[in-house]
Amino acid sequence: MSEPVSISASAPAAAQASAPAPVSALNGASFEGMVKIREAGACGMITLRGNFASEAFVSAVKSASGLDLPGIRQVVRADGMTLGWMSPDELMLMLPYAEVPGVLARLNAALAGEHALAVDVSDARAVFVLTGTRAREVLAKLSPADLAPGHFAEGELRRTRLAQVPAAFWMTGEAEVTLFCFRSVAGYVMGLLTTAAAPGGEVGAW
Amino acid sequence: MLILECPYCGVKAEESELAAGGEAHLKRFGAGSTDEDFEGYLFARKNPKGVHFERWRHAYGCGKWFLAARCTATLEVFGTYPAQTAEPPADLVAKIKQKRPEWEGYK
Repeated sequence: MSEPVSISASAPAAAQASAPAPVSALNGASFEGMVKIREAGACGMITLRGNFASEAFVSAVKSASGLDLPGIRQVVRADGMTLGWMSPDELMLMLPYAEVPGVLARLNAALAGEHALAVDVSDARAVFVLTGTRAREVLAKLSPADLAPGHFAEGELRRTRLAQVPAAFWMTGEAEVTLFCFRSVAGYVMGLLTTAAAPGGEVGAW
Repeated sequence: MLILECPYCGVKAEESELAAGGEAHLKRFGAGSTDEDFEGYLFARKNPKGVHFERWRHAYGCGKWFLAARCTATLEVFGTYPAQTAEPPADLVAKIKQKRPEWEGYK
């Protein structure tokens, strides 16, 4: 990569016994500035499309993930599963990478006959974790979304634009934001984040 | 800066999160229609100074198409509504009439 700021890469976690270790977009690159930025490595993702008003769809999602459907723009979490509202007919289920085939099989069995779709998209995206009290500030430099405290809080998943590419993020703690973008633009997003989080770039508006 | 509220996800989206889709409520003329109707469907567009109904897509958000009524001169936004409708909702038309008594009405 050609980012101006030094970014260290660490080897991904040990592979599962049989399957080869998944290779994430930036191989776990990290950066420390105003906030700590870390590419989260391989994360399991299942995209779900269906009719949210259908009982069969809701109960299939519930039985496979243990989670109720999130409300508009909400994200719900429990036991390593995260379920986010992406659009009026689309959900994103995030879970440990190795659990995807099992959960997907359960989903597809439960959704049989239903006009719905569950697809493994784990390798289509890159996930970043921003840690630090200024995480909001870093994102606010890059996105038109209103991230002021009180307007954006834990529990909301915001799909928006980071400079020139689409991304989605949600707060996973008071000072932690998880973000994903398409894998093909992972290097670009890492560049954006490291520039926005460069030491000395504090805005201090909040 | 134009801010439109997406009727599907409730985000007050800034213009750069959206993609413009031109005039709303076009009536499609396809095979079997007259040449004049087809030409009008393809090329003739309103270009008013004032109230205009438009298609927008929440491109960087939920990805859905929605419709918006706004003033092309002042950028005042009268309202947004889902795209599954053939004409503007009556309450929105009434609201615009109240704000712009000189407006000739929809169509």
